[in-house]
Amino acid sequence: MILKTILLGAIATTAFASTAMADGHEGARARDGEVKIIYWQAPSILNPYLSGGTKDIESSSLVIEPMGRYDQNGDLVAYLAAEIPTVGNGGVSEDLTSITWKLKEGLKWSDGSDVTSADLVFTAKYCMHPEGGCAQLSKYDGVESVEAIDALTTKITFNQPKPNPYGPFMGGQSPIIQATQFADCLGARAPECTEANFGPIGTGPFVVTNFKPNDVIQMVANENYRTAGKPAFASLTFKGGGSAEASGRAVMETGEFDYAWNLQLAPDVISKMAQGGKGQPISAFGALVERLEMNLTNPSPNLPPETRATVAEPHPFLSDINVREALSMAINRQELVDVGYGDAGRPTCNLVPAPALYASDNTGCLTQDIAGANAKLEAAGWVKGSDGIRAKDGVRLSILYQTSTNAVRQDFQALIKNSWNQIGVETELRNLDASVFFGGDPGSPDTFQKFYADVEMYANVFDGTDPQAYLAAYRCGGEPKPSSQWQGENINRFCDPAYDAMIDELARTGDLAKRGELGKKMNDMLTKDSFTIVPLVDRGRVSAHANSLGGVVLNVFDSELWNAADWYRIGN
Amino acid sequence: MTDASLKTVEIDPYAALQDKEPPRAPRNQWLDVWDQFKKHKGAVFGGGFLLFITLAVLLGPYIWNVDPQKLDIRNKDARPIWTLIWDSSAKTLWHRPFGTDNLGRDILSNMIAGGRASMAVGWTAMLLSLSIGTAVGVAAGYFKRLDGLLMRLTDLFLSLPILPLLLVAVTLFRQPLRANFGPEGGMFILIVVIVGITSWMQTARIVRGEILALKEREFILAARSIGTSPGAIIRRHLLPNVVSPIMVSATLGLAVAIITESALSFLGVGFPSDFPTWGKMLADAVPRMEEYPERVLLPGIAISLTVLGVNYLGDGLRDALDPRIRGR
Amino acid sequence: MLTFTIRRLILSIPTLLFISIVIFALLQLAPGDPMAQVPLTVPPEVKQKMREALGLGAPVHIQYLKWLNQFFIVEPQFLIDWMTRNSFLFGWLPDTQLGMVYDVELEKLVPQQRNISWQTRSPIMDIVIQRIPQTLWVVGLAYLVGILIALPIGIYSAYRHYSVFDQTGTFITMIGFSIPPFFTGPLLIVIFSVTLGWLPSIYDTTHVVNDWTSFKYQLSQMILPVMVLALQTTAQISRYMRASMLDNLNQDYVRTARAKGLKEGVVVMVHVLRNSMIPVITVIALGVPSIFGGAIITENVFGVNGIGQLLITALFANDIPMVMTITFIFAIMIVAFNLIADVLYGVLDPRIRYD
Repeated sequence: MILKTILLGAIATTAFASTAMADGHEGARARDGEVKIIYWQAPSILNPYLSGGTKDIESSSLVIEPMGRYDQNGDLVAYLAAEIPTVGNGGVSEDLTSITWKLKEGLKWSDGSDVTSADLVFTAKYCMHPEGGCAQLSKYDGVESVEAIDALTTKITFNQPKPNPYGPFMGGQSPIIQATQFADCLGARAPECTEANFGPIGTGPFVVTNFKPNDVIQMVANENYRTAGKPAFASLTFKGGGSAEASGRAVMETGEFDYAWNLQLAPDVISKMAQGGKGQPISAFGALVERLEMNLTNPSPNLPPETRATVAEPHPFLSDINVREALSMAINRQELVDVGYGDAGRPTCNLVPAPALYASDNTGCLTQDIAGANAKLEAAGWVKGSDGIRAKDGVRLSILYQTSTNAVRQDFQALIKNSWNQIGVETELRNLDASVFFGGDPGSPDTFQKFYADVEMYANVFDGTDPQAYLAAYRCGGEPKPSSQWQGENINRFCDPAYDAMIDELARTGDLAKRGELGKKMNDMLTKDSFTIVPLVDRGRVSAHANSLGGVVLNVFDSELWNAADWYRIGN
Repeated sequence: MTDASLKTVEIDPYAALQDKEPPRAPRNQWLDVWDQFKKHKGAVFGGGFLLFITLAVLLGPYIWNVDPQKLDIRNKDARPIWTLIWDSSAKTLWHRPFGTDNLGRDILSNMIAGGRASMAVGWTAMLLSLSIGTAVGVAAGYFKRLDGLLMRLTDLFLSLPILPLLLVAVTLFRQPLRANFGPEGGMFILIVVIVGITSWMQTARIVRGEILALKEREFILAARSIGTSPGAIIRRHLLPNVVSPIMVSATLGLAVAIITESALSFLGVGFPSDFPTWGKMLADAVPRMEEYPERVLLPGIAISLTVLGVNYLGDGLRDALDPRIRGR
Repeated sequence: MLTFTIRRLILSIPTLLFISIVIFALLQLAPGDPMAQVPLTVPPEVKQKMREALGLGAPVHIQYLKWLNQFFIVEPQFLIDWMTRNSFLFGWLPDTQLGMVYDVELEKLVPQQRNISWQTRSPIMDIVIQRIPQTLWVVGLAYLVGILIALPIGIYSAYRHYSVFDQTGTFITMIGFSIPPFFTGPLLIVIFSVTLGWLPSIYDTTHVVNDWTSFKYQLSQMILPVMVLALQTTAQISRYMRASMLDNLNQDYVRTARAKGLKEGVVVMVHVLRNSMIPVITVIALGVPSIFGGAIITENVFGVNGIGQLLITALFANDIPMVMTITFIFAIMIVAFNLIADVLYGVLDPRIRYD
């Protein structure tokens, strides 16, 4: 039966492919009229260096391009570059301290001028300007110099060996901008260049004709695009705003739009929309993990603000690993996936579930074990009181569990509260507006960094395919604290010297197999060995496209619109 | 009739002055009001419905003692039993007469618990906003010295952006309130106060406008000329004459308060997410309204009927209180 | 009345300044961070640099004075420049360059620093002006439609008290008011866009009306949001109209008017209506600024992207200059329309005196 389905699927795919060809998959540029994309977050600016927002990065990816992108499997593909530099082809030096990018020949900006290495040098200068406030500065970490060797060749030198030299000019976050257009926009002058920020000249398949900030972008095909016959669409409308629900409906039920981004909706709502018959949901998995973060410090409001939720005050019960493990054991992750994500989620016990090189084989948490969790707590001396809540030495297992406001997260909260209730743990739920929760305002008690709660839930991921910076976040001393204005990435206040040693080792290691091994070990230290981070769901990205839109390949490692040049209209 | 027949009737001149029945105490004004009120069908219906719904949410949990927060994932998405009338294959559960939600929570017990919260928030916030609004409006309208100041204050409150105001209130007051009244009680006070102080301005402006016109009328002049104190003028002469716009404000205010509460919890300023209210149930059910229309209809109808009930009750009260209409 | 108006206009300047200080203080106090929407993958040090580039490091009173200067001095200069350059009305005047200042370093005229949004890094007033057409088309029209429906309903309901018309009207308006737009919006979309397929569910803000077909399309995309909004306005205003008419219909002067043989239409539409308008004028005047404030939920449901959507995205992105500017324009409208309402009271009822 399964075999048959697969076979049928294969036949369907080939049939689909052949009709696609017959429908004018190939042809003249701008043959297919208009394509309409809807994002429920509206782009504010088309310069990703001035805004780190996903909506801005993805909308600008239609216009400006990097040297290379990550494809749907996380592999590197050359865009403006002739090829991806590696140690093998000599593009990356043996000692990993420099990388040499070579542009394709004959590349033109949409205004007809040539793309040269001067543009790359300028792009680096633009982002690395000390007063610019560049959002992608971390891509240029450790860059010592960027110099033009000849008109097409640019060499980046790092101040130390860089096992992952694909920071600058690689991926949607780091596209090349035109030196002529942005020449007067360096540093503090960056915001004055409204025209350039709203309509960058690029090399991508489309050219901006009208940009209404936080509303809509209109584009037409780029006459100077490097591939003949692409893009297939003469014009593109990029609408922003509304809700995930409205955009899903506009693609799958009413057919007003061709592509809807990131439908964060319950699986039954999406499948109901798909019955509308005008479009279909697509999903792909990256490394985005919805997780519970355990607070290892005491968030009690009775503590003075200097020591509340800092390493000076260990948590009264979450510092006991048995409690953390029991909390993890009690959760039914499959149930969470069924309610919240359906096919677009899978239970995971890993902080780094992808790429395969770094994914540990840790599956211990996948089966719910209420009895085991109860036994573990019992053995650790947490006994149930008359109210059914476990306590030890006067400390009750009463948890404040916070997250951002989002229908799926609130369902998760209810389900997990229910599970914890069964092991004698009392839970109070709190949900906060995302703009406060994810903001870094040191004056607010509700930010995720401040962590004035026992457990919090959110999702996080890393750019591209290398988790080094992501894993390096959990360094001793990197925790948010009053002296750092509550900034810091070590949210759990995790501290293990052995882990810190591995962070340093990872930064020095160039050999991929070795890096994978280290990454897995670090992942396990944070998850199954210490239960500091309790991963719940490996979240896929769900988007939707109209049935008549061909060529869509959902990519979670780069901009979703990475291959918009290849999109085409499937004929009636 | 002849003269002779007239003569046969003996006229007792004193009888005409006597009462036909034994004298009674003068009839209480409130009895008249009550009589008039009883005649108003809408008011009786409205009042009755409010009484019913209040009793239902207060006593409901004792009769239908299912925990509204209890999850039962195996029995999720059950339809209400009346679905069987037209669809015998529908998934229904006889012990869940109103069906269950997407996590298997019982909708009937959620309606009861949600009604409790919504009615409490709605009534308290509405009364708070009404009393602030009326007090400010009367003071500004009657006392010329206060007018400028109070109305500029109203302008200020009207122009404050609500979201930042909420966030500031939460930052400052959530922790002390939570410590003193518990997570739900503290939130209740915060929500009521926030809804109350952000919605009194319309009532204040309306009442002031009416008072400005009324206080120039002859009957106020008359009252003032016989030395009635300002307090008495306001109580006896002005307030009864602005009752009808206040009643409308009350009706609309109740609806606004119930709906605003759900918006607050969406912003993370409201009750904990597993604490049901009608507004929140309605908001949560909107994405699934095609498959499970009952989940939007039940809270939607409950809110609408409550507001309608208050409206009819207000109509009846106003008619009953107005001596010109009374007795018509 | 004229002196009153002039006095109030002068008084409104300190009022507005005070309001602006309160709003500014509120926005400073409110927790929030313009970096909240930047993905977590951007490290905290980089976010700190971005905040500094936005000018967040400056002392609060400097930020306030800078905003005040930009709003009251710089922006009007740019407005005048624009009007003398491009507008139909003043285009004949010689082009002015008030907004430009001479830069000694570059030795040429450069534009002054305008009031810049943190999200878009572009002048706020340009975006606000860009949003006005769709806001007026949808929210403004809905308000107008709402009033035009509400007044007759309110008057007739009161005149035929407890008739079938009155009862039906009460029922529909109260239900309409108590059902929030976050439900009526999607409901109408499901009925008219998804099931029937008659009307678009997403508003196209780039649509240009230049012929009959495009006008029809504009109508079709406006109908749903206008319906949702007008329902709320109608419900509210008709209730106040009805209540106020009822109060007046039984007054002695109505009997007198009838007794002296005036036509019923004149009695109701002139005498009673005029005396019943005070609360209605109040409510209408309070509602006009909120047209500018936009209809946040409805705009969001239909993707109208008017000023309401601009404000809510700015709030969520903690774009303080944008929130401050929009809220303050809103405050100006509130002060202005409440003044208009006060003047109208005096016109409607000459007995009302403020002096």
